[in-house]
Amino acid sequence: MPAHDVLIIGAGLAGQRAALAAAQNGATVAIMSKVHPVRSHSVAAAGGINAAISVDDDWRSHAYDTVKGSDFLGDQDAIEVMCSEAPGEVMHLEHIGVTFHRNEKGEMDLRAFGGASMKRTAYVADITGQAMLHVLYEQLLKHHETVERFEEWFTTSLLLDDAGRCAGVIARDVRSGRLEAFTAKNVILACGGAGQVYKPTTNGLIVTGDGIAMAYRAGAPLMDMEMVQYHPTCLVETGILITEGARGEGAHLLNSKGERFMEKAAPNKMELASRDVVSRAEQIEINEGRGVGPNGAGIYLDVTVVPRRRTLEALREIVNLGRDFAGVDITREPIMIRPGQHYIMGGVKTDVDGRTPIEGLYAAGEVACVSVHGGNRLGANSLLDTLIFGRRAGEHAAARAAGIGLPKVDASAQLREDAGRIEAIIARPHEGRRVSEIKGELGEVMNRHAAVFRDEEGLQSALETIGRLREEADRAWIDDRGTVFNQDVLGALELGFIIDCAEATVLAALERKESRGAQFRTDYPERNDADWLKHIEVSRGADGPVVSYSPVTITQWQPEERKY
Amino acid sequence: MAETHDKPPEQFTIRLRRYDPSSGEAPYWDEHTVELEPHRSVLEAILQARDRFDGSIGIRCSCRQAICGSCGVRVNGEPSLACHTHLDAAKSGSAEGVIEIEPMGNMPVLKDLIVDMDAVHWKKIQRVTPWLLARQPVPEREYLVPKEAMVDVTQTMACIQCGACVSDCLAMEVDPGFIGPAALAKAYRFVGDPRDEQQLQRLHDLAQDPQGLFDCTHCFKCVEACPKDVNPMGQIMRLRRIATGDHHIVDRNNGERHEAAFATLVKDNGLLWEAELLPRSYGGNSWFGKFAPRAGKELLSSLPAILKALLRGKVTPMGALKPHKIPAADLKAVQQIYETIEGRERRYELNLYIVGEDEEEPQAVGAAVAAEQTTGDEGGADQ
Repeated sequence: MPAHDVLIIGAGLAGQRAALAAAQNGATVAIMSKVHPVRSHSVAAAGGINAAISVDDDWRSHAYDTVKGSDFLGDQDAIEVMCSEAPGEVMHLEHIGVTFHRNEKGEMDLRAFGGASMKRTAYVADITGQAMLHVLYEQLLKHHETVERFEEWFTTSLLLDDAGRCAGVIARDVRSGRLEAFTAKNVILACGGAGQVYKPTTNGLIVTGDGIAMAYRAGAPLMDMEMVQYHPTCLVETGILITEGARGEGAHLLNSKGERFMEKAAPNKMELASRDVVSRAEQIEINEGRGVGPNGAGIYLDVTVVPRRRTLEALREIVNLGRDFAGVDITREPIMIRPGQHYIMGGVKTDVDGRTPIEGLYAAGEVACVSVHGGNRLGANSLLDTLIFGRRAGEHAAARAAGIGLPKVDASAQLREDAGRIEAIIARPHEGRRVSEIKGELGEVMNRHAAVFRDEEGLQSALETIGRLREEADRAWIDDRGTVFNQDVLGALELGFIIDCAEATVLAALERKESRGAQFRTDYPERNDADWLKHIEVSRGADGPVVSYSPVTITQWQPEERKY
Repeated sequence: MAETHDKPPEQFTIRLRRYDPSSGEAPYWDEHTVELEPHRSVLEAILQARDRFDGSIGIRCSCRQAICGSCGVRVNGEPSLACHTHLDAAKSGSAEGVIEIEPMGNMPVLKDLIVDMDAVHWKKIQRVTPWLLARQPVPEREYLVPKEAMVDVTQTMACIQCGACVSDCLAMEVDPGFIGPAALAKAYRFVGDPRDEQQLQRLHDLAQDPQGLFDCTHCFKCVEACPKDVNPMGQIMRLRRIATGDHHIVDRNNGERHEAAFATLVKDNGLLWEAELLPRSYGGNSWFGKFAPRAGKELLSSLPAILKALLRGKVTPMGALKPHKIPAADLKAVQQIYETIEGRERRYELNLYIVGEDEEEPQAVGAAVAAEQTTGDEGGADQ
């Protein structure tokens, strides 16, 4: 049975950063991912990473923008940690090889991004996430002697000892179908968000809330789950993301009358207001009949106002995306976009060192909720979140490991249980529904009722549907009976994960009877600090989900009216 | 172009190469008919077949937007990303209107469309010391480096490690030990990075490796296959120019001498003088090269090939003794090219990744990335 000081689940930016930090602090480390690390969804982050590295900037300004972006739901102590450590982290990334775009003086160039009071987004063309992910993977290859890699291993459950401490995981080797127990003094969940709860979503097919659901099932509380970010610029048909960098470089949003409608919603910041604000403004245009394209379901993003050479150099990827996935040359004509599910601010509740309330269990990145994003994440703060809290979790877990022995845990029962669960899925008779049908219906329901605008009635109906789909999922059948790369059975396990995430999201959205950040309740259209300036937590109780509250940490910025 | 995106869904038939190692059965073809808009991707067709008809179809995929690099396959025999290939284009490129989808080549198949990239691709990547060996001391803030240099290496940074170039590398097909296009493109990402302090050592290692820098045969397959315009062969040629032209690395594989012989023969005669290429590559870059012992040895060992070529009329005795003749004006024009390029103080490297093929704005080409190195002897041999 493999045993390590620190076992990391997920090998995107947060996971790889955690692995490197833990190894550098002397721990024995393993990193496990259901896909090869460079396929992780961090790869799709395009626009850049925020850090107050300019001599004219101050991390407090970055922190304030983040607090305001969060609609004052973010915990300010955590935001201070993230923003004050950002410049050092970005410099570290530069030192290990990220090819950040330079200015004429050879220093890192910075671009404008939504919700930011100045240019503070460092970038690599519009492949920033890819460049960072690949550079971190270079480092994993470099440190292969201290970081053991388990690539294409699917984690099925967390292993707890008798005292309720996390002591490892059960995982399936995707290549062989072999199930194995891994013990570890600490487990760091870094396996991303839950975008596949929605359909369509900008997120990859692998983003199925595995870590969130496994932690929830082990008893960890989920926080801010109602806060789901809709990105303002996704291709109408496929939901593919067009980076906020486009607007950062100066692109306009236009309705069917050719108006820059952001004048109404955000007269100062215009297209560069927070994402929740821009997405809502777009949805209003569409709902009120000023949309463009078939059924008026889109908005025009006009990149032609950006100098062509600049677009080719700094927005190369979306030039290709426009050409290949929408048939539009964005340097010559506007492209049709709409808001689309993109990110979840919520996740497994952690402190600033990535610790969850379960001893020995950490979480970092989109799987976690520190909470630095509160009601709405600013563009280019997610890469920062993964790196800062990935590193801190890795460091803290390594330090904790130094003081304790390997957990004594008998994994055999749980190993048998997980194996039995998988065998049972494979053996199900072909009655009822396929996994793919259930997943499709869930995604559409969530996109209808738990989207940019929400109300009691819609959320209630979504909750009922989720209950029915959960029952159907328990009987859903698959085709593949093999052991080698049985992706079919993994899909059935993932469906269970996304249903847990969907339920927590809808419950929290029903609970929050106000409008704040990404949560806009048409039946409660105002922000209500008196009653709702608090986090909503969802935990698993004996008879189902239990909702509770926790306070928001306020250090130096009192809540105020939010205008852009 | 936009109008193609308004077309209604239509039926497409896909033929998948299936293989399940645990079944003990041989690979077989599996056909499904799906219904999608013509501009949708081959991946979407596969996923629809998987969702509706057969959940056991194996393919790695995630992002659906050509950035995660998971879904490398062969469509109608050509390597590409399934998510990056439109159904209408795939159909019109198919034999009988049926889109054929197979796993990538040059790598062992694990199941259906899933290949073992670790066994081939990632092993090769590890041969180029794929991490930055940063200049010391590490500065407090960022390394100050030219903007152009960072934009330049971003082209190879844009490689998503999908393996499409490895799939159809002809040199690798003949010599599975060849390091290959993806690894060499990765090598350029460090050689071209001014923050790296081991560039010379890297170039030495690549040049001296008998299955390294000079094993590429310029077939352009990798350039066509790459979905991200990384232009692996272009990077290989740049590595060669830097190794030979700038650092005068003379390798034991004769790569440098072969290239020099090539360039000189074309310069002198306007066309390649094939019979002279081998002796000069081994014996030295002049007519007397053939009398060098090394050339004699090489000629002797190549005798069967030479005889075969003579018998089949590919080489004539006259052609071996005298170069091809071209009109004097043409020869002058060829030599003019050499003079222009060799006369430059700096070698210009066009980074088409950034510049793009843009007829309307030719001035953009002028802003192309210029390499820092001065022009070397072989600078004119390529481009």
